[in-house]
Amino acid sequence: MRKFVTVTVTATATLAAASLLLSGCISSSGTGDETGVQGASTEALVVYNAQHEKLTEEWVKEFTAQTGIDVVLRNGGDSELSNQLVAEGDASRADVFLTENSLAMSLVEKAGLLSPVDPATLALVPTQYRPASGMWTGIAARSTVFVYNPDLLAESELPTSILDLQDPRWKSNWGGAPAGADFQAIVSAILETQGTEATTAWLTGMKNNATIYRNNIATMKAVNAGEVAGGIIYHYYWFRDSASGGENSGNTKLHYFGEQDPGAFVSISGGGVLKSSDNSDKAQQFLAFLAGVSGQTILGEGYSFEYPVGGDVPAKDPLPSLDSLNAPIIDPSTLNAPEILDLMTQVGLL
Amino acid sequence: MTPPPSRALLIIVVVLAIGMLVPVGYVIEATARIGIDELATLLLRPRVGELLGNTALILVLGVPITVVLGVGSAWVVERTDLPGRRFFAVLSVAPLAIPAFVSSYGWASVIPSIQGLGGGLLVATLAYYPLVYLPALATLRGLNPSLEESARSLGLKEGAILFRVVIPQLRLAILGGGLIVALHLLAEYGAFAFIRFDTFTTAIVVAYQSTFAGPSAASLGIVLALLSVIVLGVEATARGRARYAYVGSSSARPAQLVTLGKFTPLAILALVAVATLATVVPMASVIRWSLATKPEMLDGLWRALIDTSLLSLGGAIGAIVVALPVAWLATRHPSRLSRVLEGGYSIASSLPAIIVALALVTVTLNVAPGLYQTAATVTAAYVIIFLPRALVTLRAGLAQVPESLEEAARALGTPPLLARMRVTTPLLFPAIAAAGALVALGAANELTATLLLAPTGTRTLATQFWSAASSIDYPGAAPYAISLVLLSVPAVALLFAQTRGKKP
Repeated sequence: MRKFVTVTVTATATLAAASLLLSGCISSSGTGDETGVQGASTEALVVYNAQHEKLTEEWVKEFTAQTGIDVVLRNGGDSELSNQLVAEGDASRADVFLTENSLAMSLVEKAGLLSPVDPATLALVPTQYRPASGMWTGIAARSTVFVYNPDLLAESELPTSILDLQDPRWKSNWGGAPAGADFQAIVSAILETQGTEATTAWLTGMKNNATIYRNNIATMKAVNAGEVAGGIIYHYYWFRDSASGGENSGNTKLHYFGEQDPGAFVSISGGGVLKSSDNSDKAQQFLAFLAGVSGQTILGEGYSFEYPVGGDVPAKDPLPSLDSLNAPIIDPSTLNAPEILDLMTQVGLL
Repeated sequence: MTPPPSRALLIIVVVLAIGMLVPVGYVIEATARIGIDELATLLLRPRVGELLGNTALILVLGVPITVVLGVGSAWVVERTDLPGRRFFAVLSVAPLAIPAFVSSYGWASVIPSIQGLGGGLLVATLAYYPLVYLPALATLRGLNPSLEESARSLGLKEGAILFRVVIPQLRLAILGGGLIVALHLLAEYGAFAFIRFDTFTTAIVVAYQSTFAGPSAASLGIVLALLSVIVLGVEATARGRARYAYVGSSSARPAQLVTLGKFTPLAILALVAVATLATVVPMASVIRWSLATKPEMLDGLWRALIDTSLLSLGGAIGAIVVALPVAWLATRHPSRLSRVLEGGYSIASSLPAIIVALALVTVTLNVAPGLYQTAATVTAAYVIIFLPRALVTLRAGLAQVPESLEEAARALGTPPLLARMRVTTPLLFPAIAAAGALVALGAANELTATLLLAPTGTRTLATQFWSAASSIDYPGAAPYAISLVLLSVPAVALLFAQTRGKKP
């Protein structure tokens, strides 16, 4: 009898301990040795991060070293996190939202979830790299490019505009990743500059002509392998791969559309402070750091190859300067995520 | 006449059933919320037609192929005099140890242009044929050979005996295995996404990533749920009134082995070819890439191992806690009510993992925000998805524990509950352990639901593998692939031992 009781009590205790351990461990697992979101004290800043993790971790490390403020990251994709913020509403625990593209940020802005950014921070970033509304700021930029395989496509055959790609002669000759937020941002630039009808026509052309890949890297790799002649991606994937040996880009070249063509769209990565934040001072400090010289230098000199936008920090060699790219001038707040998704769903790309 | 179940037991089972039916509830609620008009707009478009076509094709083509491979392997291994039979018996189960998404990553690195229906069929049939092979093997071992002997004595050739006598007796195994393969094909995400074969499940994940748990994702989910119900219906109709035996019976005497004679090299070649394609090609890829792995790529591995172990342990404990009452009810107090309740548990588990994940996201966001994106939600998902494994194992274990022992204890004066705990429960420990192991190992490989539900900063082996493979970082993904395969081996060994008739 005693043995039975002992065994039962031990078993129950073990199970209880295991479940406590389980919930404790999971809730306190964050990036590195930082405390997780549930266990976060009010001092730690909660950042919903849709930018590349490695870059943001570099930023966070330097920020914490400079200011002593702890930062906790929730990593995810542009669309996922922006939709999550909208769904969470006022109950969100996020203090800062960082995106790769402006589409996700303008979705959150339109839902009325952002606080205005400190004017001092806004002054650090030139006007073409932030929205007129002042509700968020640009922290980095990336350019649309057409990556192509010179063995399959001669220079004279290159498209002069991204709109050319809907022509029948481009059938099975180019690829893209419509499921990703990156590509959706590029489509939103087409919508903003050409209007709904033209965009629907272009998307239909894409549905007929393009090979669909899961993301930018898969597209670039396919072009490199000669599976498809060209593809629409963002510039930095090419430069990053090139700098680390060119395994997925060695057989390819980049073509910039320029001429203020929608294909020269420069997408702004955004940073914003959430209205629901309890830590808005620290949040504003973080944004100021990102847009200022320290943050932009980390971006400009680091592994990322994205374009710095503030603090007069130059882009890393061998990137062509942002001004020379002749991007179309678009206020990033005006980009319309839900309409893009509707159009792409209608056409059958999503 | 079995005694009626206690009220407490019934209440527990019903309450748990309600929890298990959350995914079904979500599908119904989403249909009502979105409304028929908008559903029609969302669904009656060419893209959905494409998805439907792809999904239907992979089912209609994939299931028969797996049946042929599975039954063929089982027959050759069990009923012929093939040299090295026992080696091939084990080899034929090996593909189960490699998760389908690892297999597709392996194939994509060998043939980068693999894609579409052909690619999907190749990867999926090779990954899933063991799911037909195992039940076919178990049934073959248990068949009474007298029917075959009569046929032989009446002059039928071996080939005719195979098709006219043996295979009809395998009907239940084929239907059961085929059903499981069909449900896996419907639910598969990683393998198909990697090689760009679009099905409903891959489209739902894409819709989720772009629009969160909005009407777009939900509408596709409704169709997927309908397809699952149709598959279940087809199987139930084909099965008729026959029931699957939970406890295998052994045959009176071993069957006479068929002499392969001049077909021996052909048979060996066929088995080796299938095994090579299913196991060797993916694993060789994984190992090749792991040789290129740099030490810094192993950074997250330890953390992922811990998180994976904790989450799957939680899932295992949860699944046992949920499965025990209904297993008890079904075994000790079988009745129409217990069958209905058991059926309720099974329906939710037949729904693809993506639906379970979508349901839990929606429910937690709207009803219990504190639980949203926590370990509890992931654990709940694992419990719902993997319950059948626990249920089947526990039922088999319970069926083997005679009630008379407990009755004897009660007759000797022990209070009923104490008798149950002291006598029956210890005898159940092996079944409980086996059930826990199967659930935990399934949960460790789970990708789809974990992608949607994992809390911030929690990385499992599967999600880390997926994020590396998606960035075409093959060497970075390889260590995770190897860990996943190593983790699966014990579960496969367990399944194989169960098939062989050994006690779990």
